[in-house]
Amino acid sequence: MNKLKIVLSGIVKNNPTFVLVLGMCPTLGTTTSAENGMGMGLATMAVLIMSNLVISLVKNIIPDKVRIPAFIVIIASFVTIIEMLMKAYVPALYASLGVFIPLIVVNCIILGRAEAFASKNNAFDSVLDGIGIGLGFTLSLTVIGSVREMLGNGSIFGWSFGISDYTPLIFVLAPGAFLVLGYLMVLFNKLAKR
Amino acid sequence: MEEIIFSGNIPAESITYFAIIIGAIFVNNVVLAQFLGICPFLGVSSKVETSMGMGAAVTFVMAIAAVVAWLIQTYVLVPLDIVYMQTIVFILVIAALVQMVEIILKKLSPSLYQALGIFLPLITTNCAVLGVAILMIQKEFDLLQSVTFSVATAVGFALALVLFAGIRERLDFEDVPRAFRGIPIALITAGILAMAFMGFSGLV
Repeated sequence: MNKLKIVLSGIVKNNPTFVLVLGMCPTLGTTTSAENGMGMGLATMAVLIMSNLVISLVKNIIPDKVRIPAFIVIIASFVTIIEMLMKAYVPALYASLGVFIPLIVVNCIILGRAEAFASKNNAFDSVLDGIGIGLGFTLSLTVIGSVREMLGNGSIFGWSFGISDYTPLIFVLAPGAFLVLGYLMVLFNKLAKR
Repeated sequence: MEEIIFSGNIPAESITYFAIIIGAIFVNNVVLAQFLGICPFLGVSSKVETSMGMGAAVTFVMAIAAVVAWLIQTYVLVPLDIVYMQTIVFILVIAALVQMVEIILKKLSPSLYQALGIFLPLITTNCAVLGVAILMIQKEFDLLQSVTFSVATAVGFALALVLFAGIRERLDFEDVPRAFRGIPIALITAGILAMAFMGFSGLV
């Protein structure tokens, strides 16, 4: 029960996008479509789970003073692995996410969870926390991506409604990212406060 | 669609310095079009004065980081054939660099340190610095082009930050609905600002 709570808190109570407002750059930059948003979310989740696992295992070996640089090296190693895997197996997604894949390394969610959770808890709980926060991030990015794709391109996951001639492209472009995220946050606030 | 959003992959030879500068400041503004450095953009932009300090600090670090990153890429990573280590090496170099800048500034110019000091630790996790380093390598710029590009990007960052802070200072006096207060209204404001910057597209 308690283990389930760790996972669930990452999705709703500690939702990284709508509640903690962390990792805004990839949230805005990669959600041009549902597929891109989901791809970015899954890539981040993979790095988060692995780095949480390793950091919780080596937390007693690392001296407190060089904690942060050590965490960054661990995270950067996993980002490089994910980057190579994506380049090999999903080259189209890799190309459309562009510079945001190496930038997972400076995503504050990952360093934040390493510092706040993985460096204080055991390996199993840290993996669960990674899954929870990762799912919360992936879900948020997929929702934002879906809304932008539907409004701007008249389709979802590439499946067209056949109305793409009449939809305002601006939602897929830069301003749409800010507007959609802003209004979705308003909606989240409204629903969460009730 | 992707071509419109992630445009700017023009071969390096055809790019003049003027085009790099205008492109990086206005057309592909680092915050409003490329979504890099959003955290300081939302976090340190409540007052015009602090946002100017942050802009200056970022410009300073970005210019030095560009030179160091370019030198490492050209003389270490490529000759040794370990380009895949780029992400790890760059983030460590930037983190070390920020520390060094902080120490040197403290010794040499205490007044400048007073002004920029509090912003420096924040810059390590500013994805704009790492992002620009990666982008300029991707665009295959030479050293001078890289420095031009990173300084212009930083100026674009400062410009967006100061404009945004100016709007947010006024927003404080407005009667904003409760659910919109804080980050949501800031994002919507940024959206409108981004729309204004879209007017520059096609300029270069």
